[in-house]
Amino acid sequence: MVEDRELLRVENLTRIFGSGKSQVRAVDNVSFSIKEGEIVSLLGESGSGKTTTARLILKLLPPTSGKIIFRGKDITYVSSRKELLNYWREVQAIFQDPFSSFNIFYSIRRVLNNALRLVSESISREEREEMIKEVLLSVGLNPAEILDKRPYELSGGQRQRIMLARVLLIRPKLLVADEPTSMIDASSRAGILNLLMELRNAYGMSIIFITHDIGLAYYTSDRLFIMNSGKIVEEGDAEEIINNPKDDYTKKLLEDVPVIHRKWEL
Amino acid sequence: MKDIFILLFRSKRFIVGFVLFLAVLSFAIIGPMLNPKNPFQMVGGLFTPPSDKFILGTDNLGRDVFTQLMYGTRTSLLIGCTAGVIATSIGVTIGSIAGYKGGIVEEILMGITNVFITIPSIVVLILLSIAIKTRSAAVMGLVIGVTSWPWTARAVRAQTASLKTREHIDIARITGFSSIEMIVLEILPYMFSYIFMAFILQFSGGILNEATLSMLGLGPYQTVSLGVMLHWSLLWEAVRTGAWWAFIPPVICLSMTTFSLMSMNSSMDEVFNPRLRRS
Amino acid sequence: MGNLLTATGLKSYYRTVQGEEIKAVDDVSLEVREGEVLGIAGESGCGKSTLASVLSFTVLPPLYILGGEVRADGNNILVMDRETLRREIKGKYISIVPQGAMNSLNPTMRIKNFVIDVLEEHFSEISKEEALQRARERFEALSLPSRVLDAYPHQLSGGMKQRTVTVISTLLNPNVLIADEPTSALDVSSQKIVIKLLVELLRRKIIKSVVFITHELPLLRHFADRIAIMYAGKIVEIGPMEDIIFNPFHPYSRLLTSSVLVPEPGMKQKKIEAIPGVPPNLKNPPSGCRFHPRCPSYMEGLCNIEIPPLIEVKEDHRVSCFLYGGKNG
Repeated sequence: MVEDRELLRVENLTRIFGSGKSQVRAVDNVSFSIKEGEIVSLLGESGSGKTTTARLILKLLPPTSGKIIFRGKDITYVSSRKELLNYWREVQAIFQDPFSSFNIFYSIRRVLNNALRLVSESISREEREEMIKEVLLSVGLNPAEILDKRPYELSGGQRQRIMLARVLLIRPKLLVADEPTSMIDASSRAGILNLLMELRNAYGMSIIFITHDIGLAYYTSDRLFIMNSGKIVEEGDAEEIINNPKDDYTKKLLEDVPVIHRKWEL
Repeated sequence: MKDIFILLFRSKRFIVGFVLFLAVLSFAIIGPMLNPKNPFQMVGGLFTPPSDKFILGTDNLGRDVFTQLMYGTRTSLLIGCTAGVIATSIGVTIGSIAGYKGGIVEEILMGITNVFITIPSIVVLILLSIAIKTRSAAVMGLVIGVTSWPWTARAVRAQTASLKTREHIDIARITGFSSIEMIVLEILPYMFSYIFMAFILQFSGGILNEATLSMLGLGPYQTVSLGVMLHWSLLWEAVRTGAWWAFIPPVICLSMTTFSLMSMNSSMDEVFNPRLRRS
Repeated sequence: MGNLLTATGLKSYYRTVQGEEIKAVDDVSLEVREGEVLGIAGESGCGKSTLASVLSFTVLPPLYILGGEVRADGNNILVMDRETLRREIKGKYISIVPQGAMNSLNPTMRIKNFVIDVLEEHFSEISKEEALQRARERFEALSLPSRVLDAYPHQLSGGMKQRTVTVISTLLNPNVLIADEPTSALDVSSQKIVIKLLVELLRRKIIKSVVFITHELPLLRHFADRIAIMYAGKIVEIGPMEDIIFNPFHPYSRLLTSSVLVPEPGMKQKKIEAIPGVPPNLKNPPSGCRFHPRCPSYMEGLCNIEIPPLIEVKEDHRVSCFLYGGKNG
C-alpha cells in the first residue's frame, strides 16, 4: 500500500505569531515527509503547533520560513489562484468540528456541489447528481434522506461522513484530517476512522492525522511524529514508539494516557 | 426562522414597538392617501388653536398642522430609511472587506473609518448641506447616510473577523471560493440578523439627524418634514406665543417613531443573542 | 457501609419553546455508596449531565423534575424548600463541579474572593480572615500552592484551574462530590493530576464518595469502583468496574467497550467496530428498549414493545436487557 515515492516534504518549516516580546514560535523548524499511500499522525497536546502545521500545509496560512515541497515542486510561495486551485485539487482536509465545518445556510446537496466546482466546471447537472449519490452511498448515507437536509438536522457522525463524501468527490492525493473524531461519540468514531483508512486502500490516498489522541494515532498510522512546543521531539514507526518510546516527553505522554490493561498507581 | 418569529412575538416589548411602528407607518402612508390636501395651502388664520375644523390647529401662515404632520412624518421616514439603507450598505461593505481581508487592506479601510468617526458628523452634515444646492428629501437621506456608516463598519468588521475563524470558512477556501464569494456567501448570511438590527438603528438615527439639521434650517426644500415643522415653529416663536400645537405633535411623532424602532431593536437583540434572554 | 444518596425513579425532562418534552432522564434509579467512586459513562446526549444536575439540585428551567425521589440521610431532598437546600444540603452534603466550571470563573475576581463568597454563603458568622485561613490550610494539605488564592483565573493553567475549582467545591467537606466531565478539556497529564486530587480527597476523608461523569471509559478503569452505563436517558447497566470494562452484559455496553481506542500493544491489529445507526431523539424515544433499533441481538415482538427492567444478573451487577431475563411470563 505504501509506495516509496515521496508525496509531501516540509523542510525547516517555521511560523511565528506576534512580534517582539510576545512572539510565539508556534511551529519551530519542523521537517518531515510523507510517502504516497502512507498514513501518519502529528501527535501533540494543545499548543504543540500541530494545527498550525496543518494550516501551513493546506496553504491557509503563510509560513515565516521553510519550504513545503509537494510532488517534487516547491509550493511554499505559490499564490496565483490557478496554482492554488491545482494544489487544493490534490490536498484536501476535514476538520474537527463537524458543525462549524458547514455553512448552515446550505443544503447538503449544495455543499457537495460546491466541492465539484473544484473537480471540473463542465459536468452536467445529472452527472453531478449521480456522482454525489454515489459518494454518499459509499460513506454509508442514504442520499434520498440526506440531500435536501441542512447540517443542523444531522448528527455529528453523519456530518463528518458528509465531509468525507466531499473528500471522495475531490479525491485528493493527500488528506489532512485535523482531529476528525474528537467531537464525535465513541460509537460513531470507529465508523469514521475505518472509512478514512479505507480511503488509502481504495485510492492510495495519503493521510496526515492531526490529533492529541494517542490511541487514535496508534490505531490508524504507519508512522508518528510527536510534537511538543512547536518542535517534533520524536518520530518513527507507530508500533516502535508505543512499545519503546525514547524521548522523555513521549514517555510521560504514554504514562499519563489512560489504558485498559495496566492500572495507574494513584 | 419560524422559531425566531415565535420568540419575537412573545416579547411584549417587540409587540409594543411593532404595533407603534405600524401605526406611525400607516399614519404617514395611508393618511395622505385618504386626505389628499396640500400641506402648504393656507386654510385658516394665524396660529388658530385646535378646533373641529383643524384638529391640530394651524401654523404661523395659517396652514393645517394635522396635514403637515402626515406629510412631514412621511418625509422623515423616507429620509431615515434612505439614510439607513445607505449607511448600512457602506458600513457592511467596508466592515466585511476589512474584516475578511485583514492585513494592509484592513489597516487602510479602518484608518478611513476612524477618520470619519473623529470628525463630528454634524459639521460634515452642515457643510454638505450648504454645499449642495438642491436639497430634496432624497439628497438629505444621502447626506445623512454617507456620514453615519462608520460605527456600523467597525461593528461589522469585528463580527466578520470572529466569523472568519469558523471551519466552514476554511472549507470554502480550500474549495477555491473567491474573496467576494467568501464574503457574500459564507460570511454575510451569518450576520443577517445583525445587519438588520444595524439598519434599524441607522434608520432611527437618520430620522433624528434629519430633525436636527432641519431644525437648524438646513432641511429639504419645498417639502415638509418633522424637522422642518420644528424649524418653522422655532422661527415664528410658537413657544413664546403659546402655540403648543405647532411643535408638540411633531415632537411626539418623532419620539414615537424612534421609540418604536429602538424597542424592536432591543427585543430583537434579546432573541438573536440568547445570552441576553431572560428566563 | 450505607448509601449516601439513593435515587429512585427519577424523571427529569426539558421543555422546549415549542412545548415539546425532551426526556433526558427517564426512570433512573441508583445509589451512591459511602467510600466509593461511581462512574457514569455514556455518549453525549444520553442524559448524564442532566442526571448530575438532578442529583445536585441545580435544576433550572427549561429543565424540570417530573418524578422520583432522591434520599439523603433518610429525607427526600427533592421536596425540600430552596432555602433549606441551600443552607443544609448544597456544598455540605452534596457538592458539584459542573461541566466547564473552570472556564466560568469570573475573570475579574481573585480566587480568594470566590472562597470567601462560598464560605460566607454557609457561615454568616465567619470572618474573611478565617475563611481565607481555612482555604489556605486546605490548599496546603492537598499540596497545592496557596499562592493560587491570590491569582486571577487567567493566570492559572487549565489543570490548576480545575484543581482549584475542585478544592473550593469541597471546602465544606461534602459527603458526595459530583464531578461532571472535569477533565475532558484537559491534556492527559493535567487529567491525571485532577484524578489524583479526587483520590486524595477521598483518602483524606474530606469527601466520602465521588460521582464521576464522563464519556471516556478508559479513564474510569483507573479509579472507579462501580460504573453505570447510560443510554438515551436510562441506565442500561450498572456494576463493578472490572465487570463493566472487561465483561459487560448489555449489547450497548459491549459495543461501547469494544470501540475504545487506547495505545496498547495489539490494539493496532484489532478492528474496532462502530455501532450502526444514530442515538435516538429524546423528544420521541423508541418504544420498549431504547437501544432496540441499533441492537445486534434485537428480538422482534419483545424488545420493541416492553421496557426491560434493570435486574440483577450477578452479584451487585444489574442489566436492563431481555437477553438476561426479566420477561413477563
